[in-house]
Amino acid sequence: MKQSNQKETNRITRTFEGLRERGEKALITFITAGDPDLHTTRELIFAIERAGADIIELGIPFSDPMADGPTIQASSERAIRAGTHLTDVLALVKEVRKKSEIPIVLFGYYNPVFKFGLKRFARGVKAAGADGVLIVDLPAEEAGELKDELDREGVDLIFLLTPTSTEERIRLISGKASGFIYYISVTGVTGARKGLSGKVHGYVKRVKRFTDLPVGVGFGISSPAQAKEACRHADGVIVGSAIVNLIAKRGPDILKEVGAFVSGLKRGITHK
Amino acid sequence: MKKTPDRLGHFGPYGGRYISETLMPAVMALEDAYLKWKKAPEFRKEFEYYLSEYVGRPTPLYFAQRLTELSGGARIYLKREDLCHTGAHKINNTIGQILLAKRMGKTRIIAETGAGQHGVATATVAAMFGFECEIYMGEDDIKRQSPNVFRMKLLGAKVTPVTSGSRTLKDAMNEALRDWVTNVYSTFYIIGTVAGPHPYPMMVRDFQSRIGVEARAQIKKAVGRLPDLLVACVGGGSNAIGLFHPFLDDKKVKMTGVEAGGHGLSTGMHAASISGGTVGVLHGNKTYLLQDRFGQITDTHSISAGLDYPGVGPEHAYLHDTGRVEYATITDKEALHGFNALTLSEGIIPALESSHAVAYAMKAAKGLKKNSVIIVSLSGRGDKDLATVSKAFNYEL
Repeated sequence: MKQSNQKETNRITRTFEGLRERGEKALITFITAGDPDLHTTRELIFAIERAGADIIELGIPFSDPMADGPTIQASSERAIRAGTHLTDVLALVKEVRKKSEIPIVLFGYYNPVFKFGLKRFARGVKAAGADGVLIVDLPAEEAGELKDELDREGVDLIFLLTPTSTEERIRLISGKASGFIYYISVTGVTGARKGLSGKVHGYVKRVKRFTDLPVGVGFGISSPAQAKEACRHADGVIVGSAIVNLIAKRGPDILKEVGAFVSGLKRGITHK
Repeated sequence: MKKTPDRLGHFGPYGGRYISETLMPAVMALEDAYLKWKKAPEFRKEFEYYLSEYVGRPTPLYFAQRLTELSGGARIYLKREDLCHTGAHKINNTIGQILLAKRMGKTRIIAETGAGQHGVATATVAAMFGFECEIYMGEDDIKRQSPNVFRMKLLGAKVTPVTSGSRTLKDAMNEALRDWVTNVYSTFYIIGTVAGPHPYPMMVRDFQSRIGVEARAQIKKAVGRLPDLLVACVGGGSNAIGLFHPFLDDKKVKMTGVEAGGHGLSTGMHAASISGGTVGVLHGNKTYLLQDRFGQITDTHSISAGLDYPGVGPEHAYLHDTGRVEYATITDKEALHGFNALTLSEGIIPALESSHAVAYAMKAAKGLKKNSVIIVSLSGRGDKDLATVSKAFNYEL
């Protein structure tokens, strides 16, 4: 019944394996590339890694981020205004790879990728040293072409599952996914929320009946306590808007503030 | 012609379903419901009933004699969708969709709107069937279409201004999608045009095809044969598909979709996705889009809020590529000329959207023989545009 998708291990898989051996959960953090500028994004990635994050999700800015709430919409707008495009995002990953081995997942919408060209994109992602790709508006039915190109380069295509996913879709998507499953904890857009739906645990357990892939829970998680709660049955947690909010405030020392917040999250999910 | 779309909603390479996973089960359930009910006699009977008794169908096919004389060429017939209840063709589709919403047990309706015609048509059916209703509308459009905003509010709808992006139709659609993904269990999203994820382009086309079915029978009765040319404006393209679709197999009938040329294609300030765009993915479907070389959607311009959209329905993209339908542009200035010409010669004040089709038809008529026949889709009436037009002509209202 369970599906495991055989492929050579990359940084994402190795990271989850290492965590599992140590009995730890993954902290996956999202920031938008180019918000407020590419140099700061690079420094933020290093700061976030030092603070204990296990995987970086790097947003590719898009003019019409339909699945995002106000925080990430504004972040995407700032990045576009700063002139950030897909080529810059790939160049940024390449820069980061000179100093860091942290797994990087590119996170975005289909149009910039489609416009870039799927083959060129897959090769670019591989050459830059990114490990996975998640396209929010590309469901399994339309993902075939991109998946073929990414498979050829050994890059993971990460899929979403949600509270609305039927067993049939969980089965379909588990069969195509690699890296990890991104489980969306709520019906809604991205953005910090106060509480975590109590239904998450049941959903995560249901997903795990169908796949051996690690499951990360995201959307709406903004505090160490929520992060800990979200990981109870999952293998990791994804935090985005709460970090992007800190970046948006443009305090005197963004790196320090973000670093402190991320280490708080990491402590939250590792605290026994 | 090959039957389109395919099972997954593709018109050739266009269409499909490019949406967040959260919405996939919702659009699949909608597709199931639509395929089930569209054949059911009970559903068809109810749809027919409201189209005739509430909307006022069939709408007339009117021979515009004075406009024909003014143009100097082919005979111009107007398919009078402006005479539909609420003043535009949009209600043909909202009736169909709300009947589905009712059968699917949904309690809340949302919609996006540009010119406000679809918003009014949605608020109208929501009032009639007793649904809670929220309409998303760009802040800029709210300013230029204020009579429609007031109509929606009178009809009991909540009108939510959208302040993100370009503050027009595309941003209203983004916001409606965000609402839908949040309230997916209770809410039915009535999309107003032949765009969005499958089954919307197919379903909206089917509901709007009534326009062409009627026009086909009416013109045969009036002139004893099929027309030579069909003309309709294209924003998303629902009135155009509605008119064109029943004629697609009639090889001798030519068709032109008229896009918004704004200040002119060469200025970059227009909303002509087919004539001036490239292929991409937005709002759930693959189609022609106005975008930059990085795949960011660009700002559009048209004097007509209903055409001010950077994409076009995927079936139009396909009909363009196959050559079955031609796509042309009419500038703001030309559209205003068409607006004036129809108003003065026939006593019919058209919507600025429809004025694009009128202006094109007048040009086309000149180049055709006097016994040629053109049908123009007069998709809506112009009351909502009086503020915009008065500004353009420097009238004091």
